[in-house]
Amino acid sequence: MAQTLAEKIFSNHCGRAVRAGDFILADLDLVMAHDTTCAWALEPFYQIAERVFDPQKVFIPFDHAFPSPSVAMSKLQSQIRKFADEQGIPVVYDGVCHQVMSERLINPGNLILGADSHSPTGGGLGALTIGVGSTDAAIAMATGKSWFRVPQTIRVTVSGDLPSGCYSKDVVLAVAKEMGPDGANYRVIEYAGPTVEGFNVPARLTLTNMSAEMGAKAAVVAPDDQTRAYLEENDRPVDFEPLRSDADASFERELHFDVSELKPMIARPPDIDNDVPVEQVESERVAVDQVFIGSCTNCRIEDLEVVHRMWKGKRVKEGLRAIVTPASRRVYLQALQRGYVEEFVNFGAVVSSPGCGPCLGRSGGVLYDNEVCVSTSNRNFEGRMGSPTAKIFLASPATAAASALTGIITDPRRYVA
Amino acid sequence: MNWKFGDNINTDLITPGRYNITTDPRELAKACFIEYRPEFRQQVQPGDFVVAGHNFGCGSSRETAAVALKHSHLRAVIAKSFARIFFRNAINLGLLCVIADTDSIEESDRLELDIRTQALRNATRDRTIPIEIPGMMLRLHQEGGIINFLKRNGLSALADLEKF
Repeated sequence: MAQTLAEKIFSNHCGRAVRAGDFILADLDLVMAHDTTCAWALEPFYQIAERVFDPQKVFIPFDHAFPSPSVAMSKLQSQIRKFADEQGIPVVYDGVCHQVMSERLINPGNLILGADSHSPTGGGLGALTIGVGSTDAAIAMATGKSWFRVPQTIRVTVSGDLPSGCYSKDVVLAVAKEMGPDGANYRVIEYAGPTVEGFNVPARLTLTNMSAEMGAKAAVVAPDDQTRAYLEENDRPVDFEPLRSDADASFERELHFDVSELKPMIARPPDIDNDVPVEQVESERVAVDQVFIGSCTNCRIEDLEVVHRMWKGKRVKEGLRAIVTPASRRVYLQALQRGYVEEFVNFGAVVSSPGCGPCLGRSGGVLYDNEVCVSTSNRNFEGRMGSPTAKIFLASPATAAASALTGIITDPRRYVA
Repeated sequence: MNWKFGDNINTDLITPGRYNITTDPRELAKACFIEYRPEFRQQVQPGDFVVAGHNFGCGSSRETAAVALKHSHLRAVIAKSFARIFFRNAINLGLLCVIADTDSIEESDRLELDIRTQALRNATRDRTIPIEIPGMMLRLHQEGGIINFLKRNGLSALADLEKF
């Protein structure tokens, strides 16, 4: 039976060969719930269980509001900490859940449940990492299992050499423009083609992360030598079997993108598919109040390297707030060791502790009425980062960095050396 | 009444991140649509419907959105389509979500939903609207949510969900 990569991973976790449409109860390799979603999992968990199925396979990071900005949040975190202590699970304070899981925990071929909508991120390592709510997380923590309808796969093939100034963020914004905010609802997006094969894992994680914004249940890139290199760089060389969709596997849809003529892209508020070339917005001279470089989408060391090249020896545009939030402790240390943090501080930026930062409007850079933010994150909804009248434009780290130099939304191509 | 909304009503509009720092469902219900439709939380009545377009509940996985709607004591949420995680949360909580073409429904229309016969009637316009309620949604709504179902039947009953 010809299978997609996703069908193969589901098959390996339920003991029989399955195809799209089948209903299965699958064994999970890992369950994640963070400082917001875990709080809501506690009550349902204790209604059906006393102990988690395996404390080694439950991951509890504090990232959405850490360090805690309020008494209310501290209360939730204290409840979660008590649960984690009782269950023998360490609480991890090392950055955004998806980034830390990618660095330390996700292996090719895994089936992972995360109580967070951006869980598809981990598919950049060739795993199926699926977002759910707190009740599903509670059941999974109790049983190690979850039910699924095996999804159809949409294959997105990307070819062509990316022009200078364009990155995987620009590619995925172009895909989102085509797919729309629910174009992949209930589906897996499989990214393939020569451009994706050329991307390293950090660049792939940006593709899979943004797939959540198109409704995807999961997103995946077939694991290969890039995956092997990433695992080695993160000090955990893993042997994995080749895993890819069969040549005659059945895809619900196939989309092709030639990115050789791509321009830097930006998503206008408040929709993810409202994407236009940055040069078009630049001509409107949109004044920027805040630039946020961070989140599970785009704040890995490769992103900070781009920003550093553009900011080195320069000053932030007067009056503009620039916030850099490394995605993880590891990224933060890398940025310190390479001298980026000192350069960013000299530039006039605020470098905050690893975590979700202001992406979800809870702390560390909450926007006021009508303010404009250029953000490297993934969601430009009304009210997402603060006031419902604030405007969030989503773009690559290069576009965000260029906009911090000029104070208006700026095409990065002439600033990228 | 029917609280009518458009397409892509995301979980940040239902329970904005800044208001959902609580595990008290009543507190969350007080924050439901707090900025997007501020009169909702004061004026919503038991038995009201939320009626929306495509992709209702997109965005964050926060179950608070489904909890807030459930504790607003709606009869059901009716939408052309639902985002995956929201729909899953609603199934788990027993919040009834109904898939239907909502274009013809106005806020003042009197809707009659009969889940036994799976029929939705717009009494004001004397019109029947075809609906879809997946078996698992219907059964877990009747069970009072998946946690009540598992408490009554044991964790091994997870394997029975397929039969719904």
